[in-house]
Amino acid sequence: MVISEKRKKLLTWLGAVLLLVLSWLLPASGLLNPYVVQILMYLGINMILTLSLNLVNGYMGEFSVGHAGFMGIGAYAASIITVWFLPRAWAFWTFPAVLVAGGLAAAVAGLVVAFPSFRTRGDYLAIVTLAFNMIVKSVLENLEVVGGPRGFLGMPRLTNLFWVAAWVLITVMVLRRLVYSNFGRGITAIREDEVAANLTGVDTRRVKLYAFLVSAFFAGVAGGLFAHLLQFINPRSFSILKSTDMLVMVYLGGVGSLTGSLLGATIFTLLMEVLRPLGLWRWVVGPLLLVLLMIFRPQGIMGFKEWKWFKERAVSSEQ
Amino acid sequence: MGSPSAPRANPRFAPTKNNFENELVFKVIMPLLEITNLSHNFGGLCALTKFSLEVKAGELVGLIGPNGAGKTTIFNLITGVFKVHEGVIKFQGQDITHWRSHRISSRGIARTFQNIRLFKELSVLDNVRLGAYARHAYSLLDAVGRSRNFRREEERQRQRAEALLARFNLSRYAGAPARNLPYGEQRRVEMARALISEPRLLLLDEPAAGMNQSETQELIRLILEIKEEFSLTIILIEHQMRVVQNLCQWVKVLDFGETIASGPPREIQQHPKVLAAYLGQDGALVEEEMENSASRSVIVGQ
Repeated sequence: MVISEKRKKLLTWLGAVLLLVLSWLLPASGLLNPYVVQILMYLGINMILTLSLNLVNGYMGEFSVGHAGFMGIGAYAASIITVWFLPRAWAFWTFPAVLVAGGLAAAVAGLVVAFPSFRTRGDYLAIVTLAFNMIVKSVLENLEVVGGPRGFLGMPRLTNLFWVAAWVLITVMVLRRLVYSNFGRGITAIREDEVAANLTGVDTRRVKLYAFLVSAFFAGVAGGLFAHLLQFINPRSFSILKSTDMLVMVYLGGVGSLTGSLLGATIFTLLMEVLRPLGLWRWVVGPLLLVLLMIFRPQGIMGFKEWKWFKERAVSSEQ
Repeated sequence: MGSPSAPRANPRFAPTKNNFENELVFKVIMPLLEITNLSHNFGGLCALTKFSLEVKAGELVGLIGPNGAGKTTIFNLITGVFKVHEGVIKFQGQDITHWRSHRISSRGIARTFQNIRLFKELSVLDNVRLGAYARHAYSLLDAVGRSRNFRREEERQRQRAEALLARFNLSRYAGAPARNLPYGEQRRVEMARALISEPRLLLLDEPAAGMNQSETQELIRLILEIKEEFSLTIILIEHQMRVVQNLCQWVKVLDFGETIASGPPREIQQHPKVLAAYLGQDGALVEEEMENSASRSVIVGQ
């Protein structure tokens, strides 16, 4: 059966609204037990992180290993705004704006990686991102005002399933629209052949800048959601280990694929929950998974493939 | 304190079609491309020495020479892949020597590559659309908000890409990843990708590489057709004398980065230095073969 483009669009919006309503009603009604809700929230945050990292690692073909740095900056920025600058009574209403602010802070930090990316790529850029992650972590550890290594707390628990679902939808929508535009095609062209991309008229520097900014922004938003869920953050939450988790989710689900990102985040998050009884050994699973993936299916489950619902639709100029 | 000053034209994109007089001047008097004393070396190895070239609008110029003579280096310097350290490149009277590639491309110079460089994982349609990246401008916010401007430009871009695909008999491949296409088709995709940016100058880097005789004849016909259709000026790098003979009005021969001869293809063939350098030890033998091929083929270039 062929569904017309118009109907498809309508169904997509309906689905999104339904998801939002459910994410509001289900926890409120008490039908879902709080533990499940908690996991769903972590799942959503991981989805946002995976989607945002996939833009750089999957679509653009660079290898960023410091994405937790952006997440950390977003988390700290959002928490600081909530705790220091906003009256408690407002916190609930200003939460979306606070998340955006956290995302913007991360995006500014994204410049630190974007500019070196103009001249460096591949392994060398990976080292730049690694250094970036370490710098963020040690700066946070040494900043006594935000608690240093002890961490930062005092945020109310503002993150709920509704906000997480809303941000997952926003991330998917923005990235999908970006990917199916000249910028997205430019990003993929950089992965395929940067010199040829530049020669065919793609302003590769601008496109890279956009990719890093957008990617860092969403990682920062995810950080803000994370901070207001846990109500406590410390620099260790944003170490290389966290970046590795994100890499596993990207390469498990599939590089260069939105569907893959969602799938990878889902499988990994649920797997980690199921394996909780393993205790410390659980942390071996992620890296081990990465090793196996690189050997047997380096592009991931959905590598460069997309669920047809996410695929490009012919744009119509009327309306 | 500031007196009202007349709005200055953006020097990056001047002159354009709306300036008819300038256009005429460029067409008739000024060379389209003017290269003076271009030199380049790779860590002490001279790849190109004092190369100069003038190309007028509508011409078809050939660059020939043995491997490593510096032909592709010239293309890489013109299109900004390599940084120019010595020499000046002017396009339509404008100094483009130190521009970055994408600016040069949107200014009207497109090229193809010796070893095809398509975006292999991308669909054929996307490959061609990417060639029009600079022609259909919208902002990041336009794209994310799916604004009217975005929809209009995307639609136009897609239509132009589809028209070009149809022109090159590639419509049925539109959705296929570029890497899946046969060699000859990939060459045509590359040409479509170059042409969608509406270039004035097209640089073809050994378009006949790896083609047999009938395919080469086909290609020669195609090049002449698109030259008329898109009113192009073409610079062609070629190995096979036959192609150059049939196509070019003017030929430059390079060896070890130096220009050793320049003139119409007929004269070039007889040039002793060319025979020595380009045809090597077996000059006499190859010369014979060349004459045979010359008598077989029709001279098509004006």
